[in-house]
Amino acid sequence: MIRFDQVGVVYHGAREPVLRGVDLHIPEGELCLVVGRTGSGKSTLLGAVNGLVPHFTGGTLSGRVTVDGRDTAHHPPRELADVVGVVGQDPVAGFTTDTVEEELAYAMEQLAVPPDVMRKRVEETLDLLGLADLRHRALHELSGGQQQRVAIGSVLTAHPRVLVLDEPTSALDPTAAEEVLAAITRLVHDLGVTVLLAEHRLERVVQYADRVVYLPGDGTVRDGPPAEVFATTAIAPPVVRLGRLAGWQPLPLSVRDARRAAAPLRERLAGLPVPPVRRTPVPGARLLDAQRVVVKHGRTVAVREVSLSLTAGQVTALMGRNGSGKSSLLWALQGSGARRGGTVRVDGRDPGKVSAAEARRLVGLVPQTPTDLLYLETVDAEIAQADRESATGLAARGLLDALAPGIPGGLHPRDLSEGQQLALVLAVQLAAAPPVVLLDEPTRGLDYPAKDSLVGVVDRLAAEGRTVVVATHDVEFAAAAADRVVVMAEGEIVADGPTPAVITASPTFAPQTAKILAPHPYLTVPQLTRALPNPAPTRPEATP
Amino acid sequence: MSAHPAEDGGRRIPRDLHPLAWWAWALALGTAASRTTNPLLLLLVLGVLGFVVTARRTEAPWARGFPYYLWLALAVVAIRVLFRCVFATGVTPEDHVLLTLPRIPTPAWYAGIEIGGPVSLEAVLSSAVDGLRLACLMCCIGAANTLANPKRALRVLPGALYELGVAVTVSLSVAPQLVASAQRVRRARRLRAGSGKGVRALRGIVVPVLSDALDRSLHLAAAMDSRGYGRSGTATKASRRATGALLLGGMAGLCAGLYGLLDGTAPALLGLPALAAGSALCVAGLALGGRRVRRTTYRPDPWRLPEWGVAGCGLTAAVLLCVSVGYDATALNPSLYPLSWPALPVVPAVALLLAGAAGVLAPPPGRPPAAGPSPRAADDRELSEVSQ
Repeated sequence: MIRFDQVGVVYHGAREPVLRGVDLHIPEGELCLVVGRTGSGKSTLLGAVNGLVPHFTGGTLSGRVTVDGRDTAHHPPRELADVVGVVGQDPVAGFTTDTVEEELAYAMEQLAVPPDVMRKRVEETLDLLGLADLRHRALHELSGGQQQRVAIGSVLTAHPRVLVLDEPTSALDPTAAEEVLAAITRLVHDLGVTVLLAEHRLERVVQYADRVVYLPGDGTVRDGPPAEVFATTAIAPPVVRLGRLAGWQPLPLSVRDARRAAAPLRERLAGLPVPPVRRTPVPGARLLDAQRVVVKHGRTVAVREVSLSLTAGQVTALMGRNGSGKSSLLWALQGSGARRGGTVRVDGRDPGKVSAAEARRLVGLVPQTPTDLLYLETVDAEIAQADRESATGLAARGLLDALAPGIPGGLHPRDLSEGQQLALVLAVQLAAAPPVVLLDEPTRGLDYPAKDSLVGVVDRLAAEGRTVVVATHDVEFAAAAADRVVVMAEGEIVADGPTPAVITASPTFAPQTAKILAPHPYLTVPQLTRALPNPAPTRPEATP
Repeated sequence: MSAHPAEDGGRRIPRDLHPLAWWAWALALGTAASRTTNPLLLLLVLGVLGFVVTARRTEAPWARGFPYYLWLALAVVAIRVLFRCVFATGVTPEDHVLLTLPRIPTPAWYAGIEIGGPVSLEAVLSSAVDGLRLACLMCCIGAANTLANPKRALRVLPGALYELGVAVTVSLSVAPQLVASAQRVRRARRLRAGSGKGVRALRGIVVPVLSDALDRSLHLAAAMDSRGYGRSGTATKASRRATGALLLGGMAGLCAGLYGLLDGTAPALLGLPALAAGSALCVAGLALGGRRVRRTTYRPDPWRLPEWGVAGCGLTAAVLLCVSVGYDATALNPSLYPLSWPALPVVPAVALLLAGAAGVLAPPPGRPPAAGPSPRAADDRELSEVSQ
């Protein structure tokens, strides 16, 4: 269906090719997962399938890409629209109309599908993706998961043979992501659509993949059945890392398979003491004390009389579905957001009542879109500006190098990777030396290594005597990074306690390791390593 | 005007009227309103607009805007009257002086415009009526916007102008996005204690907002491209050139024709003949350009009897007020000297009421949103993103 023959891609001005010598054949009806670090060329590979690379992005493509027998060299994206459907990360950015039904019809109108056929296909697609109740709704009123399903539907109505999805769930909460992935697997199984899917949160998708294409980062590509490819990749979901550690053959890809393979391991763990997931925090001084905080947006109560106190040296994960009030609470604690009632005290002062400059010395917040804070041309200029703004004597450059070493100062902030942008903004905020640091959804769009280094960063901040709050959907990240988990729903705190107790309380909410090893309270793979230095005594060579 | 929209909801199948019918109706009513300064007729126009809008608007977001147009209209009247009072134009002996504002001396080079002085009832009334007429025109446009989905109106453009329509549609959706992202960035600036005032602070907002918008438009362009927008169809180079030439010639003809019509001293050939030739060339160009476009429309709006009725009753009103047959033309523009209560001329009043029949002729608006915005959808979004 999709064939790459010795494909190489070089962008203008780049020294190294993004892809080189790629030979790849994806047969019809497969769900193929594209895996690799940020910047390893995943998007380029996906873009090459429908000719966006190089027709739209520029650059030079050598070799040959054919889809359904059509060579992308002679067919620009619009001429391939009836064969390949492309869905991006942010569905809203691709919408051209304003209601669900019209959006579904858009591609067909471009392809001059006769009106009666169009009508029929719209109805079918509405049913297929469970959108029938939403047909007349405005697109901006929908939730993230619904929007992404509309985006998938809007390319599906053209009846493409191939569906290319570039991180379709990275902006979604777990429930919405499940919704979208369920829709995708249904398409593969019911319609035999060939799907090419790039995703960072592998734990959500590995089990559905028929084939994995791995990009190690040097421009080459390795592909094969998931169990084979994941045996050695640098990027792997917890279930795979656990399987490698325990030396299970074949490598399990779903919690179910792993649990079946894990019976002997669970027996061995039975008598052993459980090491803590993280170093136990030393109870420190109370840094922030919020009482009965209320936030209202119009008539909606976003935060309902929430009381929260944060102590030094502690990392708190703030969890809950989209719209549960996490962001509103963080903004209200920082003092820049609206607060209708209640009190917040940091160091005896209320960050909502003092000047913005004063507030940021009390509480530092990194917003969901970190780039909102960046407006200068180079990293160096931003750093210098941060030094001037905070005037604490702390050098932002030093902070940045501690967070993410080796970011060239001459780069434009928008050219950095997501992880680097996050580090830059965090450094800018830390230059004001706030004792309380709040991070709003920092794990969005981060790959596993970037997330691991974020865990390190958060730990270091806590070790320096600050308190850190991280709003996140990522339960694996919360398990590894947080001492305490606070769960919000409908503006209220519904659970608050030590990480292991809160996140293992419900099976759906638990990290993969916990699901596999339950009833033993293990949360992360490193924790298991500490308990059992040699979990696979029969196959010691299998440990990474 | 006692007919209630709910009454005929049961008999007729609800559907959206063709957007062009609403626009034709509203523009015709606007033309009619611009012919008169009779306050009674103008108020009648407003009444007709109000009736039709309440009877036939949908629940869609763009349909909630009519009250804003009314406020805007009120503001126009108020500003007009205020200016007339402040910039006095002098009074004649038979004027009724209401009050006298203190006079502010103006420099010699500013002679001719006086600030302050006596304010007469006649001046206030004439400016109020003038303002009312302007307000009526604005409300007509507002009513068209309220009754017809502006984006659907753009879809009826001829095929050759399709790209233009898309550009307008997209730019319409960009404006609210720009506002949202400007609000987000401004809020975020506080986190960095947005140093400085003026240009520097502005830069802190403008740069992220614009790069955001640029990113988004690139995404949109890529998405549209990969969904088949701008497929070349069967156009040859020659046909594209011919289209260009025809349209260019047509435009030139239209300009010349308009100039000839408006300037009385221009040679007669420049008037109507040039206008007609220009229009013909334009139509031919559009038709030729449209032929190469291979595209279909999803659920196109039909043009049936109700459309004829709505557009027709609007146009009838406009024609009746333009030709002034069967009534005294001065009744349309009653004099303020001597000051008297204006009479309501019968034929124009009936004509305007006829325009109001559109509220009954049009079918009830169709395809309401399935169940309105469900609370679940509102919950799902990150509230802080929506409403700050």
